[in-house]
Amino acid sequence: MTVDPVLINHVREPNAFTLDFYLAHGGYEALKKALTLAPDSIIDRVKASGLRGRGGAGFPTGMKWQFVDKKIAPRYLACNADESEPGTFKDHLLMERNPHLLIEGCAISCYAIGAKVAYIYIRGEFLHVQRVLEQAIAEAYARGFLGANILGSGFDCEVYIHRGAGAYEAGEETALLESLEGKRAQPRNKPPFPAVVGLYGKPTAVNNVETLCNIPLIVSRGADWYAALGPEKNGGPKLYCVSGHVNRPGVYEASMKVTLRELVEGYAGGVRKGRTLKAVIPGGSSVPILMPDQLDVQASFDAIQKAGSLLGSAAIVVLDDTTCMVWLAENLLHFYRHESCGKCTPCREGTDWLYKILRKIERGEGTPRDLDLLSSISANIGGKTLCAFGDAAVTPVVTTLTHFRHEYEAHILERRCTLVADWRARQQPVGV
Amino acid sequence: MAYDATFHKSARRLEKAGPPFAFTAENRARLDEIIKRYPEDRRRSAVLPALYLVQAQQGYVTVNGMSHVADLLGITRADVEDVVSYYSMFFTHPVGKFVVSVCRTLSCAVNGAERVTEAICDRLGITPGQTDASGTFTLLEVECLGACDRAPVVMVNDAWHEGQTPETVGNMLDDLRARGESALTGCYHAIEGNTPAATRGNK
Repeated sequence: MTVDPVLINHVREPNAFTLDFYLAHGGYEALKKALTLAPDSIIDRVKASGLRGRGGAGFPTGMKWQFVDKKIAPRYLACNADESEPGTFKDHLLMERNPHLLIEGCAISCYAIGAKVAYIYIRGEFLHVQRVLEQAIAEAYARGFLGANILGSGFDCEVYIHRGAGAYEAGEETALLESLEGKRAQPRNKPPFPAVVGLYGKPTAVNNVETLCNIPLIVSRGADWYAALGPEKNGGPKLYCVSGHVNRPGVYEASMKVTLRELVEGYAGGVRKGRTLKAVIPGGSSVPILMPDQLDVQASFDAIQKAGSLLGSAAIVVLDDTTCMVWLAENLLHFYRHESCGKCTPCREGTDWLYKILRKIERGEGTPRDLDLLSSISANIGGKTLCAFGDAAVTPVVTTLTHFRHEYEAHILERRCTLVADWRARQQPVGV
Repeated sequence: MAYDATFHKSARRLEKAGPPFAFTAENRARLDEIIKRYPEDRRRSAVLPALYLVQAQQGYVTVNGMSHVADLLGITRADVEDVVSYYSMFFTHPVGKFVVSVCRTLSCAVNGAERVTEAICDRLGITPGQTDASGTFTLLEVECLGACDRAPVVMVNDAWHEGQTPETVGNMLDDLRARGESALTGCYHAIEGNTPAATRGNK
């Protein structure tokens, strides 16, 4: 299912990030058009387009905006550019190579929800991306696309960058707001949701970079055009990040009518020569694994959910037959253990505990009892935390235990890792 | 507890008070400019940018640096320590001239990140978390950096060196030692001819 890319069509061209290039390709026309429309009619358009949040949850953006309480001022827009889900690198590319699309999206979104300030919360490691964005924002101010009285419309909009400092949890929307307020990035209890009580206690829309980049397209080309790009309720273009054991890893733009097989075997060139596909993680490390016989599923929010996983941030991690699934769970739990914010006890203590058991099994020191313990700890984290992190953290354990229990059992029986892949082989045996 | 399940981060300790600290006039002016981005009564929002300035000025964040930030933002030192001890990009101890961070999460790991780390360890005679004898390099293993199509990703200070192998990473270190900061590259842009083959996007 190939479509002409509309989000990343120019990213390979040398000056794609400049304002002149953007203007020469129809840039900021959507903003001009939006400023002639009533703010509510923009929200209606976004609702009609069916745009669903690209950060991971897939919540309808128009609905999110409608919840923003217009009786309270000031209101804020927070752009979530904390892209940290393992396997995800689409916002990285958008901001680095097409920053004005994001800035235009921010300005239109602010106009729609009646905000005068947008903060782009970018992860601290993306300093090179931040510099590109800063320059683009300066250009936009200089040409009157941001600032006071934009294009003579009377609408004021400021866009600021706020740099994070290394915390996966800052990608959770309420934790992001806490971080913006100068505190630890830890989630708040919900409700109230940010649309009602958000940044500084004011109504706030928190949207992902890719989500905001879709807004100018919806305004300029219309909701019908947008919705028709994908299957029902999964409209618009989608960026897929394919990485892992594939020949051509990268960001690929496609309609959500595309199948996982087309993405893995077509766009990304399939697994490397002589290897066979073992499993695919379709939406970042926080979602369940899909097996090779499930690849013909459509890569849309709804179809992947029906297949037993989630599209998440559309980070497709492809794993070939050299991957030890116990090792994979250990690797990802090392991540979650490190990134747990520490607020909820089940997650803070449980991720550490899970990691230690997995490491033990991977080193050949596990006992049959450990498998039950893994399941038990997982069941006592999932659904028992303030944010979705807890569910995400246990997913690698639960999903590998479901599909690859025999690998765990082999580790315990043979008292060693049964699959030392060439990329992991050491000269020395794994120490204790 | 059978598995010694304690919160690993509680082991983080702050550095001693350190030398007296105050921002240079230039950094102070930059901070004042940044504070204006936030509402008048929300100066606390500038704590991350302020700490980045402390780190840029003295290489790491000391207790005196935190006190200075607390005074300027009208919050307590405990508020600032709370933030410093949470975020992974602030150093509370002196680090080498170049902080080499190797991504260790899944997509980099299946593409040999572990071998890259081992090659750096062998070359410098240190383990992750340590600084080499000359004070030039500090090696860290970090979690997903968000460039999984160019794995394994290595970040040196704020510059990225992607697609490293155990063979190339030695040259990278030699180059940094010989040429200093001019050897730092930016991120590979997704432009034709300036990107590792076979990555990035339609067409």
